Amino acid sequence: MTAAVATPPDVDEPSTLTVDERPVRRRLGLGPRRRGAAALGPVLLLVLWVAGSLTGVLDPRTLSAPWTVVSTTGELLADGRLQANLLVSTQRAALGLFLGVTVGVALALLSGLSRLGEALIDGPVQIKRAIPSLALLPLLILWLGIGEQMKVLTIALGVFVPIYLQTHAGLRAIEARYVELAQTVRLARVAFLRRVIIPGALPGFLLGLRFAVTGAWLALVVVEQINSTSGIGYMMELARTYGQTDVIVVGLVLYGLLGLVSDGAVRILQRKALSWQVTLAD
Amino acid sequence: MASHPRGLTAPRGTGSDTAAPPTVVVENLVRGYGPKGVLNGVDLQIAPGEFVALLGPSGCGKSTLLRALAGLDAAVSGSGRIRVPDNVSVVFQDSRLLPWASLITNVTLGQHERRSRERGSEALAEVGLAGREKDWPHQLSGGEAQRVALARSLVRDPSLLLADEPFGALDALTRLKMHDLLRQLHHRHRPAVLLVTHDVDEAITLADRVVVLDHGRIALETRVALDDDRDPSGAEFAQVRRHLLGALGVRRTPTQHHTERESA
Repeated sequence: MTAAVATPPDVDEPSTLTVDERPVRRRLGLGPRRRGAAALGPVLLLVLWVAGSLTGVLDPRTLSAPWTVVSTTGELLADGRLQANLLVSTQRAALGLFLGVTVGVALALLSGLSRLGEALIDGPVQIKRAIPSLALLPLLILWLGIGEQMKVLTIALGVFVPIYLQTHAGLRAIEARYVELAQTVRLARVAFLRRVIIPGALPGFLLGLRFAVTGAWLALVVVEQINSTSGIGYMMELARTYGQTDVIVVGLVLYGLLGLVSDGAVRILQRKALSWQVTLAD
Repeated sequence: MASHPRGLTAPRGTGSDTAAPPTVVVENLVRGYGPKGVLNGVDLQIAPGEFVALLGPSGCGKSTLLRALAGLDAAVSGSGRIRVPDNVSVVFQDSRLLPWASLITNVTLGQHERRSRERGSEALAEVGLAGREKDWPHQLSGGEAQRVALARSLVRDPSLLLADEPFGALDALTRLKMHDLLRQLHHRHRPAVLLVTHDVDEAITLADRVVVLDHGRIALETRVALDDDRDPSGAEFAQVRRHLLGALGVRRTPTQHHTERESA
């Protein structure tokens, strides 16, 4: 403790006090944020990777050097394999996502807006929710073979559940007072859907969409590594049989980027579509 | 007009047509049965263009009566006869603007004529919010939001305006301004109005007739025969206020209040 703190303040002339006498407590919080701190972990990992490859601690058969991964990406781009496989994968994910979102929204509306719909739909969806989509794979392969149908359907099955759940929850959370208002202004059924139900359920739907997009890529990884002849997963699976860890790492990075970019896109969509909301984040 | 079933004086429209049939007729309205019934036989008529304030303590059934007139009580048991016009507008205590819709969309909600946008803009201008068509509800203050709610009710050209404590959540100054606005709007559009409130001064300031509801029955009806410039500090105003407060069971006069304080 400083001497200034021990001295009692001059009561007659408080303006001459220049010493900050705030009592000092041990701080339990996290302290201020540092700029760029989020990059620290990833950069450290990269440094360790480079160092391991340079010193030979990391065997290239275990994990290729970062520069090998970069040059392999260049080669894969040059001979067109990367683009072709990426296109196939993106098409599968997009188709599955589209199908899943459509079915999820339709079921959520049916179940959210009618008692009969709820009685018929909600139970089966909750049961489906308890079964991981990937556990249905053996059955789907038996039914549909190993073609595109099976792949797209598996993705769609994983996608529609979060869309249904979040849209349904958003819809049911629409406040009764708005429904009452709609009654007093004599809103017709279609206008009620358009003006109250759909915009009211939109925040829930968009949250579901974020889960769905991530889920679509997850399901894609699995279906592409089973009996596939194209796509990023196939490319990685092939690389495994030849022990090309550089190609595997390229695939991993690609999956990561696809996930990040698509999640970012949905977040932008969310911000644009929900500009009427004032939230904690603003 | 025929005498009131309960022997009370029949209301007269504020001026011109006393012979016109009433806009609202409520006969022997019961909501919720038994000794704890919310409304226990209410009779009420409102003439075209008449401004009626429904006054009463919390839980006296005034909101129940309003909701019955608005057709919002399908889930409540009861009996009785209600006749209301086709075009009824409701203003709630909360502005009840759809947060995801712009002001103009909120105002014209449910209107599908091609001219409704124009009329919506006119209504917004009328409540002092010209040019704010594209704003979001969250950009408004409480008073402004309630103005938009008034604009939304006017756009429909209502024969009957039902207002359920529309200024209850506003601060005192804003409330006074809203009183002026509502009086102007009523003067211009002349809908019949039923205003539910627990504010005695608000009732006297705005209404042609004040109805006091107590335990689900009409305890008192009184016409407010004051001129348009209603000064709350005037002697006549004070007399009406004392009369109404008496009916509401508040009998303490200001002088008594003063003495009590001093002796405490």
